[in-house]
Amino acid sequence: MAVALTSEPAPAPPGPPGDDSPRKIISTVSAGDKAFRGVLRSAGIAVLVTNALILIFLILRSLSAFHRAGFGFFTTQAFYPELSGQFGIAALLPDSAEIAVIALAIAMPVGVAVALYISEYAPAGLRGPMIAVIDLMTAIPSIIYALWGLFFLMPRILGTDEWLAFHLGFIPFFHFTKPNFLSYFVGAPFIAGVVVSLMVIPIITSLSRQVFSQAPQGEREAAYALGSTKWGMVRTVVLPFGRAGVIGASMLGLGRALGETIAVTFILTPPTFHFTIHVLEGGGNSITAEIANFILQYDTKGQAALLACGLVLFASTLIVNSLASLVINRSRSGAATAD
Amino acid sequence: MTAQQAQIAPDLTVDEVRVRTRTGSAEGSATFIGAAAAALGLVWLVYQRVLPFSGVLGFWVCWYVMFLAVYYLMARMQWDGLEARNRLASVAFATGGVLALLIVIDQVGYTLFKGEGAVRHVNFWIKSASLVGPQTTSMKIGGVFHAIVGSLEQLGLATAIAVPLGVTAALYLVEIGGGFAQVVRTIVEAMTALPDMVAGLFIYVTLILSLGLGKSGFCAAVAIAVTMMPIVARASEVVLRIVPGTLKEAAYAVGGTQWRTVRDVILPTARSGLATAIVLAMARGIGETAPVLLTAGYTKELNLDPFHGPQTSLPLFIYYAVHVLATPPYVERGFGAGFALVVVVLILFTIARRIGGRAPGELSKRQRRKLSREAS
Repeated sequence: MAVALTSEPAPAPPGPPGDDSPRKIISTVSAGDKAFRGVLRSAGIAVLVTNALILIFLILRSLSAFHRAGFGFFTTQAFYPELSGQFGIAALLPDSAEIAVIALAIAMPVGVAVALYISEYAPAGLRGPMIAVIDLMTAIPSIIYALWGLFFLMPRILGTDEWLAFHLGFIPFFHFTKPNFLSYFVGAPFIAGVVVSLMVIPIITSLSRQVFSQAPQGEREAAYALGSTKWGMVRTVVLPFGRAGVIGASMLGLGRALGETIAVTFILTPPTFHFTIHVLEGGGNSITAEIANFILQYDTKGQAALLACGLVLFASTLIVNSLASLVINRSRSGAATAD
Repeated sequence: MTAQQAQIAPDLTVDEVRVRTRTGSAEGSATFIGAAAAALGLVWLVYQRVLPFSGVLGFWVCWYVMFLAVYYLMARMQWDGLEARNRLASVAFATGGVLALLIVIDQVGYTLFKGEGAVRHVNFWIKSASLVGPQTTSMKIGGVFHAIVGSLEQLGLATAIAVPLGVTAALYLVEIGGGFAQVVRTIVEAMTALPDMVAGLFIYVTLILSLGLGKSGFCAAVAIAVTMMPIVARASEVVLRIVPGTLKEAAYAVGGTQWRTVRDVILPTARSGLATAIVLAMARGIGETAPVLLTAGYTKELNLDPFHGPQTSLPLFIYYAVHVLATPPYVERGFGAGFALVVVVLILFTIARRIGGRAPGELSKRQRRKLSREAS
């Protein structure tokens, strides 16, 4: 560049006076490239088509269920699709959401703490291994989490549940209306939420970590220069910078928690169709658990009803995830981590 | 300002104190250990002796809260509020990291530990479960060979479908771009978070209900591919995007067509990253349970043909063993299958770590040796 600046400017090529319009750029694309671009484009289209097909087939196959249940589909807290039109998601969807919210309430603080530790506090030599651990958490199959939750966590958490119910029972969520036997605590939404939270933690951690590490060096140094401690710097620079990223990551985690199947199916026993905010009481249900338990047993009518539930689940995760990417892309940190 | 600086400057030259860049100190460690021990003792006394609490988990939660409180008090006795809060934050975040580590070790370790009883018999690895009844207590009969075969075949088919499609879609996003590519990117992002149950429902509705294919390993593989494809596409896009633009421009400058540039420059440069993306997606794919549950069917028999008849995979075997059959011997077998599944995932994960982690274009030892051989 420096050489070009000091050398004589090249004389402008002679052209017809008054013709300032930009030169036309002609690039010839070879036949091979045309075919190649066609292949790439068709892969893009295939992705769209797959997604559209998912939507179309779910809608087509569940239409009959919507016809039978009518508006009651959204207000009925029961699910007997084979016998009558008495079925709906008024219990299933809130139950799913409840478990997802419990999962998020645990996963968000832990996930952000781990992300901050990796990006700000961990010694350089430990950073790589910690990232590997988080990646491994993502790679562990959900059925392994489910086994762990059912056989390892469940017996050990019941005492804690009891303690919560009898000392924090004045909080509506922890209120316990059933007799005081440990067996009534088994299979509660709270336990399912704890297990699902472990699957959500790596999602929140890995995204938040990327956002935190993008916090501008200049602002960090400015905070230190003003006499801030490390925590002060994190609180005033890193966290505000990463706020939108954390919110977006948490919403992605919420989407994942809504769609989680196996852990929820294993733990929620017995399946009930009555929504309750008392999360410590055994029983409960979710859209995914209901589908997993019954789709292979039901007749066509019942399957249509379950597919309608699947459609609602698909729509709700789609909305949550679109909102998440909107939040991430609109934010300052999101723009920094776009690619 | 200038007067102050003039006053300070000579002082600095007089007594220079070496700045300690290390963050740890003897007081810090002692405070940490002391707080941990004090909290342990206090919680043990109150939780177990004075108040009738029970439950291991509650004990450790109480211990942690108590530890943070004691630590803060001890820090406050030695340092001012600012420094004490700073140290409290460091400790809290560090324990978050330790917690993540503990969770992973616990998950993997517990499955391996509980599965060990079943997997130490050779027959577990080479026999199918065809002779196993719900109450067959002897672990010397039957095994999960049929499920291992099913898992590997389904994973192979799913990879064969998802990887070409995913990598091509990623190439489209990076190399062609434009408004339509933005739409595709949004859809891919949305599909990454597609509940795996919905992928299973989709294949169940299309291939099995509408096209009338029976439940088979192939249907399961397509369902797994639907969940794997967006993972491959997103991860590949990230890797392809960091291929240096100068390399591409050099290829175009010497007259390369777009196809030759992609084949000879972009893909080889991004090879290690792409391989990592693919292997990680495979690790995710092999653990998929919900899609397989609806599409593969369940059988105790060995079925080598993924295109006809039901075919069991490892996650499906665990699901049936623990949730549907749920007898104690079957649960033990389920944990054995969990052992096998965790081992496969760990192997795939290790491969991904070994080939990954290199910048685009950085060569492995073997590639460097090959290059130097060719050069000489």
